[in-house]
Amino acid sequence: MTLQCVDARVSAGGRELLHGITATLRPGRFTAILGPNGAGKSTLLSLLSAQRRPDAGQVLLDGQPVQALGAHALALRRAVMPQESAVAFDFTAREVAELGRYPHRKQPTADEAGIVEQALAATDVAALAPRIFNTLSGGEKARVHLARALAQVWAPLPNDTGGAARWLLLDEPTAALDLAHQHQALRLLRGWAHGQGVGVAAVLHDLNLALRYADDALLLAHGEAASHGPVAEVLTAERIARIWGIDCTPVQTGDGVLQYLFN
Amino acid sequence: MTAPRLAPRTALVLGLALVLLAFMAGAASGAYPIAPAELLRMLAGGVQDTPAQLVFLNIRLPRLLLGVAAGAGLGVAGALMQGLFRNPLADPGLIGISSGAALAAGVVIVLGTQWFPALPHTLGSWTLMLAAFAGGLGVTLLIYLFAQGPSGTHIGLMLLAGVAVNAVAAAGLGYLNFIATDEQLRNIQFWLLGSLGGARWSAVALVAALVAVACTAALAWARPLNAIALGEAQAALLGVNVERVKRAAVVITALAVGAVTATTGIIGFVGLIAPHWVRLVAGPDHRVVLPGAALLGAALVLAADAVARTVAQPAELPLGVLTAFIGGPMFLLMLRRFRSRV
Repeated sequence: MTLQCVDARVSAGGRELLHGITATLRPGRFTAILGPNGAGKSTLLSLLSAQRRPDAGQVLLDGQPVQALGAHALALRRAVMPQESAVAFDFTAREVAELGRYPHRKQPTADEAGIVEQALAATDVAALAPRIFNTLSGGEKARVHLARALAQVWAPLPNDTGGAARWLLLDEPTAALDLAHQHQALRLLRGWAHGQGVGVAAVLHDLNLALRYADDALLLAHGEAASHGPVAEVLTAERIARIWGIDCTPVQTGDGVLQYLFN
Repeated sequence: MTAPRLAPRTALVLGLALVLLAFMAGAASGAYPIAPAELLRMLAGGVQDTPAQLVFLNIRLPRLLLGVAAGAGLGVAGALMQGLFRNPLADPGLIGISSGAALAAGVVIVLGTQWFPALPHTLGSWTLMLAAFAGGLGVTLLIYLFAQGPSGTHIGLMLLAGVAVNAVAAAGLGYLNFIATDEQLRNIQFWLLGSLGGARWSAVALVAALVAVACTAALAWARPLNAIALGEAQAALLGVNVERVKRAAVVITALAVGAVTATTGIIGFVGLIAPHWVRLVAGPDHRVVLPGAALLGAALVLAADAVARTVAQPAELPLGVLTAFIGGPMFLLMLRRFRSRV
């Protein structure tokens, strides 16, 4: 029950983007993928989602190479929220979210329409459902894409015999969201990880959001895994200063969460 | 902005009604007008061996059926191409079918008698049709193969290769024009302008069968095309085999448009406009756009042909001239609407 990179290397345009990453993600945990621009976060996410093949090394889901599983089998149990994605034609927000159910078209659940409505409600876009997607704001679009990703892996597979965990991979899910929706989205993702045993991996830039909501952090720098472990252990003030070049002061919030003030 | 839309079933029933209306109008009008009442009696099988019936069965009916097949083939192909290119302004001509067919037709018209002087006349028109069909398919295959890259078929490259190959085909046709005799020149021009006038039962049956197969096959790709609206990468993440969709869309389009163009010559703008209209009234779901564009395309071609046969009697306007006359301004209206939105 793991999603793993084993010494995965990726090159593009004569430059190596990832120099042999080895990391194991577990279901039921929310992993924040952190690092400065150009560290290889999105590249890593594209490996984990099988969008890209590593030039060397392997990406394994439950011990099997992801490429060997096939696009359809993967789509049944892992959803990806893109950083941004333009939709051609005047599809409504509901129709875009409905596309998340595409992999399940041959074995629909009794409540396909209900799943889409619930997913739209979960990301607070139910009221936008009849509107044309391309006329929504950036943050609203992001929440519709999140609803689409949730709808895709909404329920355990009907013929699941146990062991096939669902995965949510998200590339900067909070980048376009306002303050309240950032917290709402990450609370939702943490809830899915802890409550439903879904494996969640999200590229994040806000370290304080990562500290508040993620269980683990995978810190990338210059195409290598600089640190991987419980988020509060990975994000020390000393490491932040070394990797981002910014000094920070730790503070403890009222509810006991470690946060940083950046000087 | 919400979307006021017709339910898919309502839209398709409306489309079917338009086809029937245009069919009846087309059946009644022409150089030999048939009164609507007589037409209905004839369709009910009540009239035997009248001149009206002879005209209808031997001339007008095959022509109407060719119009239905041509419009449906062009409409469904336009919807496929727009879905594949994720662009409402895409057209089946982009991937070289029409230009390939035109070049091949030009070769047969200008060089055919020179190379095969013994060819009887009837076989000659079949040669022209088969050559145009093969030419369209060949040029499309060339463009498709050119666009193959390490990560599959590159759609943008296909578009650009199409532009280049279309230009070369146009140059080839230009050269043929240059060396053609006056009569051959006239034949080429006539072919390029498009017409349903060459409808004979044998050819009509063949084209109708091919278009029917193409339309049926296209419907199977409606949902994958919806997913491709999210972009190829996102569609692949939803489990869509994007390469298979591309191949299917290109093959279906080439067969449908190739068969239609080989029989009628070039009929422009129908493939561009029919899917766009369906999207306007019924939304962009390909489960309604594909069949809707087939119906609306058929209605458009039938209506245009009825006008072409009546406005300049006893002469007949070339159909392609008429569809371009109507289609061009409509296309501008589409662009205007597009412009106001961006």
